[in-house]
Amino acid sequence: MSGPITALTMPKWGLVMSEGKIVSWKKRQGESFAAGEEILEIETTKITNVMEMPQAGHLRRILAAEGATLPVGALLAVIAPENASDTEIDAFVAGFAAPEAAAESASVAAPAPQMVEVGGRRLSYLELGEGEGTPLLFLHGFGADLNSWMFVQPALAVARRTIALDLPGHGGSAKELGKGDAAEMAEAALGALEALGVAHVHLAGHSLGGGVAAFLACRRPEKVKSLSLLASAGLGPEINAAFTEGFIRASRRREAQEALSLLVHDPALLSRRMVEDVLRYKRLDGVERALEQVAEAWFGGGRQRLDLRDEIAALNLPVQVIWGREDRIIPLAHAEALQGKLPVHILEGAGHLPHMERAEATAGLLEAFASV
Amino acid sequence: MALKSIRQAINEALFQEMRRDPRVVVIGEDVAGGAATAGERDCAGGVFGTTKGLIAEFGEGRVIDTPITESAIMGAAAGAAVAGLRPVAELMFCDFLGVCFDQIFNQAAKFRYMFGGKAKTPLVIRTTIGAGRGSAAQHSQSLYHIFTSIPGLKCVVPSNAYDAKGLLISAIRDDDPVVFCEHKLMYDLQTEVPDEPYRIPFGEASVVREGDDVTIVALSRMVHYSLEAALALAREGIECEIIDPRTTSPLDEETILESLERTGRLLVVDEATPRCGLAVDIAALAADKAFAALKAPPKRVTAPFTPVPFAPSLEKLYIPSPERIAAAVREVVGYRR
Repeated sequence: MSGPITALTMPKWGLVMSEGKIVSWKKRQGESFAAGEEILEIETTKITNVMEMPQAGHLRRILAAEGATLPVGALLAVIAPENASDTEIDAFVAGFAAPEAAAESASVAAPAPQMVEVGGRRLSYLELGEGEGTPLLFLHGFGADLNSWMFVQPALAVARRTIALDLPGHGGSAKELGKGDAAEMAEAALGALEALGVAHVHLAGHSLGGGVAAFLACRRPEKVKSLSLLASAGLGPEINAAFTEGFIRASRRREAQEALSLLVHDPALLSRRMVEDVLRYKRLDGVERALEQVAEAWFGGGRQRLDLRDEIAALNLPVQVIWGREDRIIPLAHAEALQGKLPVHILEGAGHLPHMERAEATAGLLEAFASV
Repeated sequence: MALKSIRQAINEALFQEMRRDPRVVVIGEDVAGGAATAGERDCAGGVFGTTKGLIAEFGEGRVIDTPITESAIMGAAAGAAVAGLRPVAELMFCDFLGVCFDQIFNQAAKFRYMFGGKAKTPLVIRTTIGAGRGSAAQHSQSLYHIFTSIPGLKCVVPSNAYDAKGLLISAIRDDDPVVFCEHKLMYDLQTEVPDEPYRIPFGEASVVREGDDVTIVALSRMVHYSLEAALALAREGIECEIIDPRTTSPLDEETILESLERTGRLLVVDEATPRCGLAVDIAALAADKAFAALKAPPKRVTAPFTPVPFAPSLEKLYIPSPERIAAAVREVVGYRR
């Protein structure tokens, strides 16, 4: 025997993923790879993502052709030492169990968002996982919803209770807003936590949701165990107004596609489904007005109104900053300016959506923080 | 999100718009569901159940049952629209268009133009299309191409419940006359539909399936038959892109042409008869504006040029089938100059 032979299977990124399409292999059959190296690109209903290998190995045989669409759990390749014989590989492939039953039961059991009422306002949230540890609260960005955490929430939910919230005016939450500012959003998030019986949380916020998380941590630090800020608002005045304005105006697919392409480092990664989901949200009565209110409260005049840089640096709790190298919405300089004061992680091959473009790396950083 | 049928989606859109705007009224034959019968109000909600419950909430002033006279329904609705209401008038079967065509195409469709833009005609005409129920030649036609050909009318032909709700709300809030065509055999078809009101813009096609080998343009029930064909063809290695224009007037030419630039092959599937219809219109569009990209002649799959037969075996042959669609795709893909 020449060391373990293992299967590389179609991953399940997010709750609703039932199949994925092989976009391209980044390693050829017969090549070796290091731990953390990207091995292939897989297209899901939302976005194309890269699969990273947790440990070094040898790509002994590729079974899934580029362009093929395969169910979650399907055998994509065989990882085995170079000296394993072809007969051993053949036997492994022949003995690999078809994943149909597992994929089916997983899709049946997919949990759905629930509603909680806070101060007369309906808020939608998705709860996943359980455990002794402190729960983790995810807060999404401007115009997004709880689904933007679909690639990282399940990974974090393995060890603890996690809650992804739809902020007021967003997703399945009520669209009526007061000012739509950080105070209103943070109050809603706190109210949701109270209603769900959560006393303390690890906070992870993206973009505008990062601003909400930071605001919450600064005002109510006793509630917060740690703070992870992804491409966050509230760390400097600059923001790409072409995105916020374009996003609000977009009512047709082309316009939405144009605005959304600014979010990612490679626009080819955006699926038609992701654009369609955004349009479906934007078509709802009250959404356009809610987005205008939020944009005015946060980015009126094309500049961020919220600046929590000094307060965050003075916080007596762990804070980390995660940014995509190619962010075109909020400049990378906001993260770089914090280097030396806080742990700052800059991810290559990511734009404004590190939690979608580099989901595994982001989940790893969040996990490390939520485990302390 | 809840699954809802097209029937429920239409009913929900009517409820929500009537609650939002007191100017919205419903008028037609049997829309109150037997209001003329003592003690039997709201028994059905129209012949297809789409207006069920409206009379109980909004009363006879806003849910108006009429005598069997389409010319009076459309004339009254067009007049009410110019006078400030936002009527949703029901033409039970589009086949009855003949007796009220003047009110629709020569009155309602012309007001805004002839009054120099000073008159608005926010009128919705809900009607049914489609064969397959054994309803014979006078209750089975798909006449949306006639509405589409009249300047001043907009025409909506939804293929699923999500689109039906969003497009009907858009139609009710539109200031021009809109004809809204519901397929009689699709009322029970379910999709996920938000509870909240929402609008889908006119003139924006939906790309139902992506593929690089051939562009299929289909409407209403034919979208589903095309999908069925596409699944079978995918097993043969042929990837179909399916475009559902959703509205025939305005028509989203751009999405169709963009797709053709990529695939170079066009198939139009239309349940209507072949002459002077949408299939001709879209094939001409391709010849006119995408000629250089075409790798094969545009192809059409339509009903034959005959009335809809009553005999079930003949009616089945009359309606384009997934098999006929798949065969036509193979022909287009296999074409060599």
